[in-house]
Amino acid sequence: MSDTIANGAVSADPSARYYVRDHHPENSTLLGFWIYLMSDCLLFAGLFAAYAVLGRNYAGGPSGAEVFELPTVALNTAFLLLSSITYGFAMIAAQRKSLKGSIIWLAITGAFGLCFLFLELQEFAHLIAEGNGPQRSAFLTSFFALVGTHGLHVTFGSVWLVTLMVQLGKHGLTPENLRRMMCLSMFWHFLDVIWIGVFTFVYLMGVLP
Amino acid sequence: MSDINLTKLIFGRLTLEAIPYHEPILIGTFAMVAVGGLALLAAMFKFRLWGPLWRDWITSIDHKKIGIMYMVLAIVMLLRGFSDALMMRAQQAFAFGGNAGFLPPHHYDQIFTAHGTIMIFFVAMPLVTGLMNYVVPLQIGARDVSFPFLNNFSFWMTTFGAMLTMASLFVGEFARTGWLAFPPLSGIMASPDVGVDYYIWSLQVAGVGTTLSGVNLIATIVKMRAPGMSLMKMPVFTWTALCTNALIVATFPILTVTLAMLSLDRMVGTNFFTNDLGGNPMLYVNLIWIWGHPEVYILVLPVFGVFSEIVSTFSGKKLFGYTSMVYATVVITVLSYLVWLHHFFTMGSGASVNSFFGITTMIISIPTGAKIFNWLFTMYKGRIRFDVPMLWTVGFMVTFVIGGMTGVMLAVPPADFVLHNSLFLIAHFHNVIIGGVVFGCFAAINYWFPKAFGFKLDEFWGRISFWCWLVGFWVAFTPLYIMGFMGITRRMNHFEDPSLQKFFVIAAIGALIIAAGIGAMLVQFYVSWKNRDALRDVTGDPWGGRTLEWSTSSPPPDYNFAFTPVVHESDSWADMKANHYQRPTSGFIAIHMPKNTAAGFIISAFAAALGFAMIWQMWLVAGLSFIAMLASIIIHTFNYKRDFYIPAEEVVRTEAAHTRFLESHV
Repeated sequence: MSDTIANGAVSADPSARYYVRDHHPENSTLLGFWIYLMSDCLLFAGLFAAYAVLGRNYAGGPSGAEVFELPTVALNTAFLLLSSITYGFAMIAAQRKSLKGSIIWLAITGAFGLCFLFLELQEFAHLIAEGNGPQRSAFLTSFFALVGTHGLHVTFGSVWLVTLMVQLGKHGLTPENLRRMMCLSMFWHFLDVIWIGVFTFVYLMGVLP
Repeated sequence: MSDINLTKLIFGRLTLEAIPYHEPILIGTFAMVAVGGLALLAAMFKFRLWGPLWRDWITSIDHKKIGIMYMVLAIVMLLRGFSDALMMRAQQAFAFGGNAGFLPPHHYDQIFTAHGTIMIFFVAMPLVTGLMNYVVPLQIGARDVSFPFLNNFSFWMTTFGAMLTMASLFVGEFARTGWLAFPPLSGIMASPDVGVDYYIWSLQVAGVGTTLSGVNLIATIVKMRAPGMSLMKMPVFTWTALCTNALIVATFPILTVTLAMLSLDRMVGTNFFTNDLGGNPMLYVNLIWIWGHPEVYILVLPVFGVFSEIVSTFSGKKLFGYTSMVYATVVITVLSYLVWLHHFFTMGSGASVNSFFGITTMIISIPTGAKIFNWLFTMYKGRIRFDVPMLWTVGFMVTFVIGGMTGVMLAVPPADFVLHNSLFLIAHFHNVIIGGVVFGCFAAINYWFPKAFGFKLDEFWGRISFWCWLVGFWVAFTPLYIMGFMGITRRMNHFEDPSLQKFFVIAAIGALIIAAGIGAMLVQFYVSWKNRDALRDVTGDPWGGRTLEWSTSSPPPDYNFAFTPVVHESDSWADMKANHYQRPTSGFIAIHMPKNTAAGFIISAFAAALGFAMIWQMWLVAGLSFIAMLASIIIHTFNYKRDFYIPAEEVVRTEAAHTRFLESHV
């Protein structure tokens, strides 16, 4: 009897076309993570919208042209973009089944991430020390919120990165860990894309007269 | 000196003064809650229910149990939200001329804010989320959702958000700003107390849950459908669930970020929405309504799906115009994002902007009208059975059409300038939310209850409940329509003009009739439970259903389907029945299932602690809860053993029991 069900297609039982014995739906983690990233993207959309509305309300305070230091920001951007490339190398190493290679590249990625965060915090500290903190004007409010939220994401990404490195060390390149690497990879590249928006929309356009 | 700082560090601005012992109403409420709570706790200990509660419910990742828990949360919160409504109706019925009523403005304003917030976020949302959670996996022939742990976590975030709102009743106070907390009123200058912070943090905690549950259900519907179920063979309820969750994912982040900005303005002194230093309060109003308008479609779309299922089942026909129904749903989904400005035509954006948003709003009535006609044509020449779910459906169609038409009136900008913020608006949105969402959810409860619990709900009390709600609704809100035309504004706790009193008295009577309807529903649950043997659903298909959830037993086994169904037609269960489908009775194999986990509950509890600490500015507690929350998330990720197999013998036992059950009742 169990054989007739297993080979439902050739069975004489007319009901057999209405079920399959063993069914494994596709794994939906990557799709789910994509959708989550899109929701995160909308969070940034809200902050970009706020910056678009408030970004020129200086309230007698400084303008972007007066406070942005493009060379530092360029360096910062370079750190972040390089970290995306090194994450790509980590993925390639993982595909070659090189555990050591993936962990090393992930560590380099994390180091670039920390450099980025360090420079960003320094920029913030500098602005606040000069009396140009987020309370000064609506422009600075929306600037700090947008750039700071991105920075917070990089911070959480780095915490995740460390966690993942520990898990890789513990369990190796198992399917679960590969899936997690892939998710963090999407997250990390997504933050890069957001940063491109921030760099263009806030910094480059901000220094225009 | 250091002692004082330590106290401040631990307790923030929370002092004994925050306990409202001078408010007799709150003391009375607290006494009732305390007595009821203690009785419940005692009963739990007496019947040794803590273990089962923890193992089978709190830590459960079964979508069916989570769905039921959402419904319980919603019904409990409905009682709270409705007592607020009764208090408002009572206050307005008495407070005329020299009589100040029993609620001072300070308290009254909290009540209308809490009423709106609770009814939308903690009644309507859990109702529709619970329904989707319960029904969607069954309708698509799946064994669970894509991310079962995330589902449990989402539920607990929603519940702890609701608990934070409830805590404001006895510790501190709630916002006095209206349910959307517009600045500058909700800013730190006008609202320096904790009320707005309670509002913000309970919505933030619950909002995370809602967003993640949206992600989860989209992935489930896209990836987990039974073989053969192409998109255009999905049941309409699943379609509406897909669109609703797309809207959730596309809008809740906006709510989160907007409330975060408001929170920064209040706590850090930034200038997003302030009146000085370049801030712009209208930015808040725009952003919150970019979330807020799609939100009403998030609530109503699944309910449209419910009505589609019920109409076709109880007319014994395939749904008329399935394709047009799907397209109408999708069009509403897209358009809902293009109408937000109609909530504030009076902002003064100019004629062209107002016309644009007025026209897009009116266009929404076209797909909605198409749906109404589809339901009517499904009923036309059908063999209609007027069971309780169908009663709610017909009541909905009549009520909702009128609510929709008053909506089109409000969409005309010049008319809106007259009716803005008047009781006409209040009557309109209660007309569509009660007449649409609430009626729909009650229809759904009556429809799917036998599936979830294995016995039908009592017919008599169901009818009483329906008629009380329908009549009560119209008695309560028709006077508000009339007063709206007279220019009476919302949110007043006292009127001078005694000629208005009769309208408010009638409205209060309507609210009491609705209260009887809620009471009848609770009686209905009790009576049905008592007579559960007589009301038993043995077939798994008590209504002659047409979709896959009716093909399994009632209640379904943990694994939903012993074998995954294969779909050939839309209305697949009707198709299977037409082809004399015989349930397989042998050849069962072990079934792969996710394991229960306490992580969702623990992480959410820390999130709620963080919220509470932030509300009272207890920085030390906030820091600790945040670290604890992060740590518990990380610890959870180290758990790699998240699944198990239900052994084949157990499946054989469960299925054999069902077979015996079916045979014994032929």
